[in-house]
Amino acid sequence: MPKELEPGGHESPDDSTSPAHTLELLCHLDNTAHGSMACVAWEPAGDGKKVISLADSHILLWDLQESSSQAVLASSASLEGKGQLKFTSGRWSPHHTGTQVATANDTTIRGWDTRSMSQIYCIENAHGQLVRDLDFNPNKQYYLASCGDDCKVKFWDTRNVAEPVKTLEQHSHWVWNVRYNHSHDQLVLTGSSDSRVILSNMVSISSEPFGHLVDDDDLSDQEERRPEGKSQEPPQDSVIATYEEHEDSVYAVDWSSADPWLFASLSYDGRLVINRVPRALKYHILL
Amino acid sequence: PASRLWAAVGAMAAAAAGPGTGSGPGDSPEGPEAEAPERRRKAHGMLKLYYGLSEGETAGRPPGSDPLDPTDLNGAHFDPEVYLDKLRRECPLAQLMDSETDMVRQIRALDSDMQTLVYENYNKFISATDTIRKMKNDFRKMEDEMDRLATNMAVITDFSARISATLQDRHERITKLAGVHALLRKLQFLFELPSRLTKCVELGAYGQAVRYQGRARAVLQQYQHLPSFRAIQDDCQVITARLAQQLRQRFREGGSGAPEQAECVELLLALGEPAEELCDEFLAHARGRLEAELQSLEAELGPSPPAPDVLEFTDLGGSGFVGGLCQVASAYQELFAAQGPAGAEKLAAFARELGGRYFALVERRLAQEQGSGDNSLLVRALDRFHRRLRAPGALLAAAGLAEAATEIVERVARERLGHHLQGLRAAFLGCLTDVRQALAAPRLAGKEGPGLAELLANVASSILSHIKASLAAVHLFTAKEVSFSNKPYFRGEFCSQGVREGLIVGFIRSMCQTAQSFCDSPGEKGGATPPALLLLLSRLCLDYETATISYILTLTDEQFLVQDQSPVTPVSTLCAEARETARRLLTHYVKVQGLVISQMLRKSVETRDWLSTLEPRNVRAVMKRVVEDTTAIDVQVGLLYEEGVRKAQSSDSSKRTFSVYSSSRQQGRYAPSYTPSAPMDTNLLSNIQKLFSERIDVFSPVEFNKVSVLTGIIKISLKTLLECVRLRTFGRFGLQQVQVDCHFLQLYLWRFVADEELVHLLLDEVVASAALRCPDPVPMEPSVVEVICERG
Repeated sequence: MPKELEPGGHESPDDSTSPAHTLELLCHLDNTAHGSMACVAWEPAGDGKKVISLADSHILLWDLQESSSQAVLASSASLEGKGQLKFTSGRWSPHHTGTQVATANDTTIRGWDTRSMSQIYCIENAHGQLVRDLDFNPNKQYYLASCGDDCKVKFWDTRNVAEPVKTLEQHSHWVWNVRYNHSHDQLVLTGSSDSRVILSNMVSISSEPFGHLVDDDDLSDQEERRPEGKSQEPPQDSVIATYEEHEDSVYAVDWSSADPWLFASLSYDGRLVINRVPRALKYHILL
Repeated sequence: PASRLWAAVGAMAAAAAGPGTGSGPGDSPEGPEAEAPERRRKAHGMLKLYYGLSEGETAGRPPGSDPLDPTDLNGAHFDPEVYLDKLRRECPLAQLMDSETDMVRQIRALDSDMQTLVYENYNKFISATDTIRKMKNDFRKMEDEMDRLATNMAVITDFSARISATLQDRHERITKLAGVHALLRKLQFLFELPSRLTKCVELGAYGQAVRYQGRARAVLQQYQHLPSFRAIQDDCQVITARLAQQLRQRFREGGSGAPEQAECVELLLALGEPAEELCDEFLAHARGRLEAELQSLEAELGPSPPAPDVLEFTDLGGSGFVGGLCQVASAYQELFAAQGPAGAEKLAAFARELGGRYFALVERRLAQEQGSGDNSLLVRALDRFHRRLRAPGALLAAAGLAEAATEIVERVARERLGHHLQGLRAAFLGCLTDVRQALAAPRLAGKEGPGLAELLANVASSILSHIKASLAAVHLFTAKEVSFSNKPYFRGEFCSQGVREGLIVGFIRSMCQTAQSFCDSPGEKGGATPPALLLLLSRLCLDYETATISYILTLTDEQFLVQDQSPVTPVSTLCAEARETARRLLTHYVKVQGLVISQMLRKSVETRDWLSTLEPRNVRAVMKRVVEDTTAIDVQVGLLYEEGVRKAQSSDSSKRTFSVYSSSRQQGRYAPSYTPSAPMDTNLLSNIQKLFSERIDVFSPVEFNKVSVLTGIIKISLKTLLECVRLRTFGRFGLQQVQVDCHFLQLYLWRFVADEELVHLLLDEVVASAALRCPDPVPMEPSVVEVICERG
């Protein structure tokens, strides 16, 4: 997420007054010692008491106590290396009972174990330039999507980080956001500062097997069926749609948490566009 | 009617005078001369009818004249009545008169002709009659003489019969005596045989002995029931056995050469020894000798002694082993021809096995040769090798030695091609290394770039010369005087698939791939590859696309008259590949250079504290650096690429600056108050502005010219600046600094791009974004901005 949105929500609630409700400050994450905050992420499962925040070169795990009114720094880790290392983005993995966090700094993606606050894996030079955003596949553990200033979207298997599983190169400028659909993880949404939002269909690496579920009762039977299935409809990754409604850079895209077929994108000029997955594709996935 | 009459007379005259005088008066067209061909023609006509030719086509008759026409004066079916009728009916009086006079004149002429003919032939008639009469007299005399001859002959026959009857008796006796004499001589030979044989054996004249034995054997066999003959036979057998033993002994000793051995075998065969056994033994001996040859060859191969050059080696093998094999084969075929297919099969297996070992040795030697660059020696060695093996190949077609040899030669040729391809690749990589070094060196010396065009020319020419050298080297394989050059592989597949596809097309492809790999290298971040190298490679590929590829392929096709019909990669495909490579390289160059400038701009924006900066006094150094770098890139690209087209420029490029500041000032007025309507207005404003401008594709493919390249780089840089500015918060002076910087950039960057509108647009955006990110947006006076920029 863009930097300016996050701190705004936590540090200066008085700025974002709206006519409907006033936001009220529950708790202050004291980051004076660590520099400006780049990203805050709640534990995806569990009781919502744990928050990770990324500040400059530190990764901080907060414990919210007393009905979230007080935050205690539970543990922290920091990047070490030459030069000024700064986190740009981070995501909490929905798998492994919330013990994994992935962060991005410059061109590197790192995975952390929140229990020991130690690094699990590290993808050096994941992108040619700055990594802007990360997202975990909600249905397939170990699968991670990343995007960055090299206009690429890459999909990684965190067990083998030597090579990306897949690379998309459809945008013509920095890709700011990448988001998996919460329930159908073949749908991947990307927003870029070339003012486009692209919805891709990543069938080949999705958790949903293409077409019908194959009953693996018999190996030979399966082998018989496979070429048949291939000849019918080989799974192909494709761009479903490119949305060009925005006139300026798109800085945020996300899926609706209520309706899996709905998504919104926000651009610099303040335009919020809500789109729906094409009906034909929706039926194709559902039926 | 006159002409028909004449025809009859003429025919008579011709018949009487014989064929010689058939040519009568030659001046009349309707004369007998015309009649004779007429008849001939008839006969021809029938023949032609028989052979299916149409009568109308026969020569002579004018087309369209019907032979059956009754009005044809000269025709066979002429009917005077019809003719007259026709004349009377059709012709006017004048013409009738004319034809009458004409006819009269013709008749008169014919009359006189006939008279002359009769006079001329009269004498000939008379002399012919005389001759016939004389002949009759002569024949009568001859008959009498013949009768006398017959009676004389009868008398002679009678006498001869009587003489033979008297001699009959004596003749029979003489015959009998002669028979007895022969028998006695034979018997004497038989009785003397044992002693003769012993003598022969003692003297070592085995051939003689075997001949005697052969002569006597059948007789002894026949009369063995007689005791005396039995004794002789026994003696002979004993001696023969000794003889055979001696022969075998000599054969086994093996010291003597192949011809002597062959002689031994021949004699043994004549002695009736079992052929199969002999043939095995013969081959075993031959094997021993040939194996010795092979071992000596292997010793040459050995790792320790300096191996002789490949030509010497094949010569050695050719004369030693192959020559030996030839001798063995020919001797064997002479000796054991009676063995039939089984024997031939044995020989073939023998040759196959030893040949296989020989080939293995040769291949080992040739493999040692793979590394060397000297093709001519190798080709000559292969030529000798192949030529030597053609003789035994003819001798032992079943063993397939010639095919195997050809295969080896083909394999070596293929490996050679691979070797040359490797060589070319290495040469290309070497060139690239040279270029890298050359690019790195002058930078240290302080002057950069001037040699870029020169470097390009160097690389291009050196690659071309390498290609030509390889082609020349490979061409040796197809030279006319080389014995294997007319094999189908070398005429077809080698030229088209091997040289053209494998070597040349393969090299161009690999060159493109190598070049493309620079684009995909993970070193995207900085410069594993110097950008100048990218630029140079891109230009190289483009040159290949426009001219070099077609030149090289034409050269290849000319040198190796490609006869093979198999499909080859067309020039256009290769050109397209080269062009694609050039495009990718150039795009990558733009990206890399854009990234360098972007990083500079990004650092400059991100590391500064924009909220508490002082009032701008001059342009920031970074911006000057950006302009300098862009100029340097412009110079660099200009060395290799043409200028390119740019959009028509407005005469006053500074005019637009005012609109920028007016718009940003407007925003400035609204921005501080947080009323909901204000952002609406600014949004509306910027949106309306954007409605009229086209979307900018930042990382778009570039064209092959300087302006397009520079436009790409500047687009990337400015877009980065824009995005970075949007992530920061500016104080009043921060905003003003941005304003100054942008104005400065605009003053200098517009000249590089295709459409200066683009620079304006992006810089406007930067300033507008900065204004939006500023809590106190008070822009600087445009005049002050200008003054600062001019001073800087």
